Amino acid sequence: MKENKKQYWKGVEQLTNHPEFVKYASKEFPRDLPYKEGVLQEEEGGSSRRDFLKLMGFSLAAASLAACEAPVRKTIPYLNKPEEINPGIPNYYASTYTNGGNYCSIVVKTREGRPIKIEPNKLSDVSGSGTSAQAEASVLSLYDKARLGAPSINDSQVEWSELDKQIKTKLENISSGGGQIRIVSKTILSPSTKAVIQEFINRYPGTELVMYDPVSAYGITKANQESFGKAVIPSYDFSKAKTVVSFNADFLGTWINPNKFSSDFIKNRKLDHGKKEMSRLYQFESNLSLTGANADYRTPIKPSAEGLIVASLYNLLAAKAGRETVSTAKIEVDHLTTAANDLWKHKGQSLVVAGSNDPNIQIIVNAINDLLGNINSVIDLKTPVYFRQGNDEQMKQFVSDLESGKVQGVIFLDSNPVYDHYLGDKIKTALAKINLKVSISEHGDETAAESDYLAPNHHYLESWNDTNPVEGRYSLVQPVISPLFNTRQGQESLMVWMGQKEPDYLEFIKDYWKENLFVTQTKQLDFQTFFDQCLYDGVYSIDLRAMTMEFIVFGGNLDAAASKISSTYKTNSTGVELALYETIAIGDGSQANNPWLQETPDPITKACWDNYLTISQTMANELAIEMYEGETYQVQLKVGDQLLELPAIIQPGQARGTIGLAIGYGRTKAGRVANSIGVNAYPLLSEVAGVPVYSRIEDVSVSSSNKSVKVAHTQTHQTYMNRDFVVQETTLDTYKNHPEHAFHRPKIAASNALEKKLGDEIIDGKLEPRKISLWSGHSYNNHHWTMAIDLNSCTGCSACSVACQAENNVPVVGKEEVLNRREMTWIRIDRYYSSEKTATTNAELEKAAENPEVVFQPMMCQHCNNAPCETVCPVAATTHSTEGLNQMVYNRCIGTRYCANNCPYKVRRFNWFKYHDNTSFPDNSSMNNDLGKMVLNPDVTVRSRGVMEKCSFCVQRIQYSKLEAKKKGRRVIDGEVTVACASACPTDAITFGDIRDPESKVSKLLQVKDKGDKQEIHEHRAYNVLEDINVRPNVWYLAKVRNKEENA
Amino acid sequence: MKIFHITFVALRNEPKAKLLKKDISMITNLNLRSCILAFTSIFFILINTYLYAQEAASESSESELNTELVTAGETLFKNNCQVCHEVHEQKIGPALADVHNRRPVEWIKSFVTNSQKVIQSGDEYAANLYNEFNKTLMTPFDFSDEELNAVIEYIKSETIKGPPEKEVAIVTEGTGQETAQGNAISTTTVTVFLVILLLVLVLILVVLFILVSVLTKYLKEKSQLSKEDQDIVFQTFDIGQFVRSPAFIWVMTFVFTAIVLKTVIDGLFNVGVHQGFAPTQPIAFSHKVHAGDFLIDCNYCHTGVRESRNANIPSVNICMNCHSSIVKITGATELSTEIQKIYDAKLNNTPIEWVRVHNLPDLAYFNHAQHFEVGGIQCQTCHGLIEEMEVVIQQENLTMGWCIDCHKTTEINTKGNGYYDKLVELHLETSKNPMVVEDIGGLECSKCHY
Repeated sequence: MKENKKQYWKGVEQLTNHPEFVKYASKEFPRDLPYKEGVLQEEEGGSSRRDFLKLMGFSLAAASLAACEAPVRKTIPYLNKPEEINPGIPNYYASTYTNGGNYCSIVVKTREGRPIKIEPNKLSDVSGSGTSAQAEASVLSLYDKARLGAPSINDSQVEWSELDKQIKTKLENISSGGGQIRIVSKTILSPSTKAVIQEFINRYPGTELVMYDPVSAYGITKANQESFGKAVIPSYDFSKAKTVVSFNADFLGTWINPNKFSSDFIKNRKLDHGKKEMSRLYQFESNLSLTGANADYRTPIKPSAEGLIVASLYNLLAAKAGRETVSTAKIEVDHLTTAANDLWKHKGQSLVVAGSNDPNIQIIVNAINDLLGNINSVIDLKTPVYFRQGNDEQMKQFVSDLESGKVQGVIFLDSNPVYDHYLGDKIKTALAKINLKVSISEHGDETAAESDYLAPNHHYLESWNDTNPVEGRYSLVQPVISPLFNTRQGQESLMVWMGQKEPDYLEFIKDYWKENLFVTQTKQLDFQTFFDQCLYDGVYSIDLRAMTMEFIVFGGNLDAAASKISSTYKTNSTGVELALYETIAIGDGSQANNPWLQETPDPITKACWDNYLTISQTMANELAIEMYEGETYQVQLKVGDQLLELPAIIQPGQARGTIGLAIGYGRTKAGRVANSIGVNAYPLLSEVAGVPVYSRIEDVSVSSSNKSVKVAHTQTHQTYMNRDFVVQETTLDTYKNHPEHAFHRPKIAASNALEKKLGDEIIDGKLEPRKISLWSGHSYNNHHWTMAIDLNSCTGCSACSVACQAENNVPVVGKEEVLNRREMTWIRIDRYYSSEKTATTNAELEKAAENPEVVFQPMMCQHCNNAPCETVCPVAATTHSTEGLNQMVYNRCIGTRYCANNCPYKVRRFNWFKYHDNTSFPDNSSMNNDLGKMVLNPDVTVRSRGVMEKCSFCVQRIQYSKLEAKKKGRRVIDGEVTVACASACPTDAITFGDIRDPESKVSKLLQVKDKGDKQEIHEHRAYNVLEDINVRPNVWYLAKVRNKEENA
Repeated sequence: MKIFHITFVALRNEPKAKLLKKDISMITNLNLRSCILAFTSIFFILINTYLYAQEAASESSESELNTELVTAGETLFKNNCQVCHEVHEQKIGPALADVHNRRPVEWIKSFVTNSQKVIQSGDEYAANLYNEFNKTLMTPFDFSDEELNAVIEYIKSETIKGPPEKEVAIVTEGTGQETAQGNAISTTTVTVFLVILLLVLVLILVVLFILVSVLTKYLKEKSQLSKEDQDIVFQTFDIGQFVRSPAFIWVMTFVFTAIVLKTVIDGLFNVGVHQGFAPTQPIAFSHKVHAGDFLIDCNYCHTGVRESRNANIPSVNICMNCHSSIVKITGATELSTEIQKIYDAKLNNTPIEWVRVHNLPDLAYFNHAQHFEVGGIQCQTCHGLIEEMEVVIQQENLTMGWCIDCHKTTEINTKGNGYYDKLVELHLETSKNPMVVEDIGGLECSKCHY
């Protein structure tokens, strides 16, 4: 389909063929590397002949020393070996990752008592079948050196007893004097914790619990109270929706419960030879989000028009339904009418969501869903979710109470409002006057710095807890390691302060479960058995089907909402508007001190270690900002009276006249990794109808500062040299009608000699590259490991990339080294924009970058059967195995880098430095201190300087599963071997298995036909990247299909 | 060069042949003698084996034991019971011979699963037993009925066989001495043979030297020698000139360089190789006593060997299984200072810091379960005769070459393992040789390095 071929580009520099980009495009690393700059000076200071001789002499001496020295290495067994711990064998414990309202049901892998990896709990129907980048990385946060190690009063360490005594006295004084105490927390998912707090309130009357969310969804709760009389966030079932329309709701990335939403949404997008239907997604948004990137139709809109567009959609549908329309200013945006038509077509099977925190928008959205009959079918208000319980009004009241001096005591329970609340500055000032300030937190964060008493909390991997994320769904959190520091579980701290002598929170949870949950089931007769079963499974659910069928109807005041919208939003705003967003990795900023997350590039901008202003190409032209790779300009952002200076990067798809900025950065007291990275965007929130909204439509201005700055990007370098056939895509109609011709099959020219040999295969002097080869090929008698990646399912969420980092001891290199194109990740998610043609003038560029289509492509070692890297290695350090793996042997590698040079996929990573035990890389905290090293996977070598590394298909997992099978005397069963990326994927985009096994999932997915010693792939969507160079990878991609009209 | 010439001239004369003949006859005589010796010994060994086999055969035909059960029982017994019990002699617990006649099976079952309960129930026999053995409680074993039956069946068979010492005595009564000689034949005879050969060679040299001097003297006295012969006979050996000769210098330089090179290369190859490493351990633990004399199965302490990459160094609680009652070394009267160290560790709550003997570099992955449980390789293959070691020594060099050599020759233990069925089938299609580790990718890098 040559005529349909689009121009794919990684960034504007490639689209415009920026001279600097062209200059370095063919080089894997820029020539002018700053060898002698910054921290690395000592490492790479010019080496002379004398240094060489010195080194030679030293290594000889070292060698002879090593030869004489008796290798005294201690081996220290347990004194009393716990029965379940066997050195060398991992244990798995079901638990739950919670961070405020962020939730993931997990299984924790521990080795010798140390948690080393987070795996998804497949029994959970709350968080889907995968994990998230933040959940995966949370295991490293456990080993964070910045965690508080002991209780303290006014910055001096004390004993727990002393702390408890003082706090108890103060609480007693406040309470007996009729004073007010507040417990400030983020969303609490745990019913037992809430019960503890209730007991605390009973003990100290005048106490109130205030919950808030850094990224609030209070607008939905409030709107639902008004529309349906239920102040809840409902369950959205994306798997039932054939048409989804979303207004600024990044439900595949960060909105409410993205894991579950992604896996449900993608269920409707998967195609196979039987199922050829998929849902359609319309996204109206300001910043290019993950959801926008995955949308079939995306319309960039300004935040100031959002309410009016939602109201217009209502009017369009109301006209169809014959209902009364609301009065609103007329506004026309692309795709709104088609969206309305599609929604109408799929009445009862569609879904409209909005990410705005403005209750009025949510009321209209409720009305739309009600009109479409989606309430009670796709939207389930009877099974509310509890991920966002923050009450913005209550929080605002708390701030004013604090300021007025009404409150005498505050306990911050795992919360950091001084940093992550938009009124943080006010809280900070007001706190100075407060008598009792206690922070129960893991870190000495911004709020803890303003508190007098620090009662350090356990990490969730050290704690007991329970959660109730969704009505009727429960899960348990269990400790998988003894507390590393002198910390105490927050709930137990509260219990002590209530006057309990030796509180036991586990007993408390058990009592709660016995009273409230044990009675809801009849399967287990004994409570302990019931609790043990729940702990083993990690999850427990109550059957809610028996509940009464209540039919919920919309009863809100639509006109009132519409008129408020008319007064808030404008059709013709001309000023710059700011839209704030959450990134996949850093989120609300609470895990910012985690280097794995800092180095995970944003899937859209591909930038890491920073936050920045995303601006449209039009604005860039106005500000005269040019950008190539990381080189860009610092700009001044003025919001109200706040002035910030930060880098600007050109973001294709950014709505014209808007700028985007990520929250979660600008931490000052998070720890050495996160401190002073980026700017804090929380104070930039604005208020609408008394609640915070994540945009600013007035008083925003941007001016260029001419200061050049670098933002670390992981893409735009590493080029495929203009080769085609990297990404393949088509539209649903084409795929349905002619699946065999929907994709481009590359052909190569055939010589005359070949023509004689392969006569019938050659058409027009060309033939498929697969038909010929220089090599005799490999035969795979045992296994043939193969991976299939469905581009239709990949949302770009980056969970795989962090999972890989944790599983394979991949180092963090830091911002400087990413700028030097030396990131070490084994799996990267390539993001391609596509447009019709290359742009040469600014006007063309603006057009191409206005709203491009986006494709995500996870890229790792392709394990080629005709691997170009293998043939060039002078020491045979990279070879092919009899199971189809391209093996990399670190101890044999001498670092010529020929292999990386010859790799067409640019997936090989070179260790330019020794990243472990090296003070120049303190950010690589998993390898540079004893605490961090506990997270390392003991089955994978930590690579040293001067060797090449790359994806190994998690060979340690393959070997482990093979051995387990051999021990049981049988073959490996499909599903036993999973690679880290596939297991983390929430949408099952990555399938790994043995294509010699006809029953394996990957064989079925690729429609493998067994031809004796060869397996042929018959799936129409399956293709190899760069098929024409005939390296025959063992990684297959399933082409992307967009549910788009052919000529839209 | 000149030296060789002299010898040559000397040897052109007659006496040489005679000498050689004598020498040859000596050698042949020696050979004959040793051969006779060897044959006799082999004969005796064969007879012994034959007799033994006959005895065994007659034994098994006498009773109606289920051999399958016996083998299963033997494994169970060795893995679980042997730590404390022997069939024919008293160890920590009583000798178990004839136990099936002494007590009913039901009683044995309840005692094995929970001895404490039986004792507390007021069973007189159990109470006596408990008192007799210093009030040591038997570790409870959760055997199934079949497993217990297998163990009892094994004990039955052993009871019938009788104590092993006696057996050996009967068999070796008449021919004991010869057997011992027969076993040693290969090594000692060869040594003796070599020493004699060496002596003979030295003798030849001496004789030749005497001959040369006698002949030279005789020739010197003879007046009518040709000019050429005179040159040879009267030449003197100038050592200084010889040393300065270029040939000598070249040869010496070559030899020297070769030796230095060889030493350096050997040295480099041995960097990080610690064959023979036998560090002093914090406790003078003897494998000879535990594994050799008391026949404790390796698995009993090294619990991970069947399932994990690590064989596991036993934790103190495993030591205490036995040493809670064994406080003295055999023959001693007082508490052993070495055993005291275990108690100290327990009391002070400090684990014992053993010195690791077998250190593989971090870059190599080795898995005990793969080799022992799946491959059926014996511990001794890599660790040497551990049951004879007072102090554990690194017997093999643990280099990659050593691993590879074994992977090239070791046949895979495929029997009864479904994992290999298809692989064996495919292998036999193309090869007549048995499937060795190499054939299924056992030499590939990523099998050990990742």
